[in-house]
Amino acid sequence: MITVEGLTRKYGSFTAVDNVSFVCQPGRVTGFLGPNGAGKTTTMRVMVGLTPPTAGRVTIGGHLYSDIPNPGRHVGVLLDASAQHAGRTGREILELGARTMGLPSSRVDEMLELVSLTPVEAKRRLRNYSLGMKQRLGIAHALLGDPSVLILDEPANGLDPAGIRWMRGLLKGYAERGGTVLLSSHLLHEVEQIADEMILIGNGRIVAQGDKKSLLANAGDSVAASFVTALDNERLAQALQAKGITVAKAGEGLRVEAETVEVGRTALESGAVLTDLRSAEGRLEDLFLELTAETQREAV
Amino acid sequence: MTAMTLDLSGTEPTPFGRLLRVELRKSYDTRAGRWLLISIGLLVLAAETIALAVTTVQDEAMQFGDFVGTAAFLTSFLLPVLGIMVLTTEWTQRTAMVTFALEPRRPLVIAAKAMVGVVLTLATVVVSTVIGAVCNALYGAIEGHVDWTFGWSDFAAFTITQVLAMLGGFALAALLLNTPAAIVVFFVYKWVLPGLFEVGAQLIGWFGDLRPWIDFQMAQNAIWDWSHSAGDWGELVVSGFLWLGVPLVWGIWRVLRAEVK
Repeated sequence: MITVEGLTRKYGSFTAVDNVSFVCQPGRVTGFLGPNGAGKTTTMRVMVGLTPPTAGRVTIGGHLYSDIPNPGRHVGVLLDASAQHAGRTGREILELGARTMGLPSSRVDEMLELVSLTPVEAKRRLRNYSLGMKQRLGIAHALLGDPSVLILDEPANGLDPAGIRWMRGLLKGYAERGGTVLLSSHLLHEVEQIADEMILIGNGRIVAQGDKKSLLANAGDSVAASFVTALDNERLAQALQAKGITVAKAGEGLRVEAETVEVGRTALESGAVLTDLRSAEGRLEDLFLELTAETQREAV
Repeated sequence: MTAMTLDLSGTEPTPFGRLLRVELRKSYDTRAGRWLLISIGLLVLAAETIALAVTTVQDEAMQFGDFVGTAAFLTSFLLPVLGIMVLTTEWTQRTAMVTFALEPRRPLVIAAKAMVGVVLTLATVVVSTVIGAVCNALYGAIEGHVDWTFGWSDFAAFTITQVLAMLGGFALAALLLNTPAAIVVFFVYKWVLPGLFEVGAQLIGWFGDLRPWIDFQMAQNAIWDWSHSAGDWGELVVSGFLWLGVPLVWGIWRVLRAEVK
């Protein structure tokens, strides 16, 4: 379990992390979401003792990180997959980690296999690795000591879609076995499918936290919407408008400001034949952008 | 694994010997590190072979100690670079993030790195001595007479001054955490400053009295001479404190407090 209590980190007059508190529970994947420069990395670096906090503290399983003996055996850390010696081979990087933790070399082979780095790839030097391969190596390094807590900063960065799916399965399984997982991302869709719990941070402050459902419930006024396509869009649109529902053209079909069930009912009543009906996703994304709007570099 | 608190009772702190072995491995598991070590070896070999060739051609008298001394002069250039690189590489390659995440007790990591510098310096001394012995034996075979004079006091002084040279580099590296800067400053302090001290001592009377206390290179003569004067050793301690102690303590203090990025 990771407990962040009143964490603040200032750089001169700039406050990178501003009184942040949250808890990551064992058995759950916690997503740490925010735009670039929101304070995610700084928070994670304080967790593992690389950055001293200005105020507040972080405990992992009730201990300060610096008080954990041989911490690699308890907490797996991946903060920056590129922060390794470019002249070392992938295998050598894991070998150094394993030796520091007092693990046999066979553990290195197991981890290489787990992250699907082939023996040939493992013999290459890091400077010849793609970002995706560096991430796989970094995840292997974090898992070396069979830790019960994982702290991963932007682990999906640079992974291809298959790699992202693989990592999702890996971390889900890890949490199901009782592990605590904290992973950060600036991309909502990366986190939304894997995280049981989400923490949204912007400008160094937590703007929202909770599971997907409660985040949406708190969003309040945002209205459900559906995309629908019928053989006769015109007739369906008229029937919906007759009920006072807002309808707009969207591509081949319509965007309707109502739940799918309401659209389906109206179609049945009006006799319109539906070829496609789905809920308009992206409400969470709207919420994410809205909550972090002040900290976005681009106007939303 | 579902416990809310971590059970640490089964985990031993990482023993220092293990850190030392890992840090030693880091010094030669990259091309840059390996070639630095190989160049030191090759330089020693070249220096002593040239000394052998020149002295046998010109029929000059040569002792065992002379061969090793030739190598010592050259390795005193490269060993500080070694001392610098064992530390600065962690910053230039940003591996300090991983190193200090796996061992948050930073003083132990730094101590292990300094020990690696000492171990490699001692290895260099051994290599220089072995090659020197071979060269001296060849000299004897060619010239028909051989002089194995190489007093233990010289050997000890050679070893100590080499370790001090390496630690000098290490101390500046801790202070600057940047390879080129540390190398430049080290060579200024080792080769340029003594000259300036000399000029200063000639021109300014009182500086001549002060100089022995701040010129670490000159003060090291006490080691070679095995001086019986307490004053000489006092000068070594004071100048050593100035050039080794202060940068090392200041540098380590900085590393301990630094945000590692």
